[in-house]
Amino acid sequence: MMRVTRRYRFAASHRLHSGRFSEERNRELYGKCNNPHGHGHDYVLEVTAAGPVDPVSGQAVNIPALDRLVTGQVLRDFDHKYVNADLGEFQTLVPTSENIIRVIEDRLRRHWHAAFGTPWPRLDSIRLQETRRNRFESKVSAE
Amino acid sequence: MLITRRTEFSASHVCCQPSLTPEQNREVYGAAANPNGHGHNYVLEVTLEGDPDPATGMIFDLKRLKEIIQETVTDPMDHRFLNYEVLPFDKIVPTAENVALEIWNRLAPYFQGSRARLNNVRLYETEDLYVDYAGDRR
Repeated sequence: MMRVTRRYRFAASHRLHSGRFSEERNRELYGKCNNPHGHGHDYVLEVTAAGPVDPVSGQAVNIPALDRLVTGQVLRDFDHKYVNADLGEFQTLVPTSENIIRVIEDRLRRHWHAAFGTPWPRLDSIRLQETRRNRFESKVSAE
Repeated sequence: MLITRRTEFSASHVCCQPSLTPEQNREVYGAAANPNGHGHNYVLEVTLEGDPDPATGMIFDLKRLKEIIQETVTDPMDHRFLNYEVLPFDKIVPTAENVALEIWNRLAPYFQGSRARLNNVRLYETEDLYVDYAGDRR
């Protein structure tokens, strides 16, 4: 099994605020990230796909196909956006990095098969770096 | 315990499968299919796994690991056109996957019977594209 990782970048702003809590509790819980006007990051996204190496192409992952998938399903919607206002998912979800990873995973899973059209590769894991000082990783479980 | 040694080498390659048409090659490999080739500053991370020897406190002598990587990978591949100058890339496409597999196959024999096991080969083709190979079993 070969794992192939591709790194992408997008710049986006967000605000961490939950309607389930009071204003005061939101400030306590999310601190600076609760600033009413939001704030932004240069996110770094790593998508890892895994599969056997095809003996003809020498590839485990068709990189142009992966790039089209991530660009079309993630970067086009996330890059240079205020995710709370611009993305449907975050009308109900707080855009923590944990939730952003979940949304990205969900979008990639939904369009994965159409993008590759073959049983391999599988989506293996996703990493999201919000700043240089923090990174989130989700290992994708087999379907 | 894991130890990782990082090495760099620069090489050129072209990703083109002769059994495919130029259009199909472009679809499969993108810009990497350019017939005259292009180059990368490859970064190689070799990870060994094992328990430290109680006497030396080491899993494996890192000086020796450096020499092994130099003899098997850096000397033959650095500043070379992989397709023309490094076997078996006259016959198989030097994708990042195949270069990582070849590096694994070259390194693995050195750790047979050693307390260190070859755990992973990570090859960065660019900062934005890397492959990991941990052997057949994983």
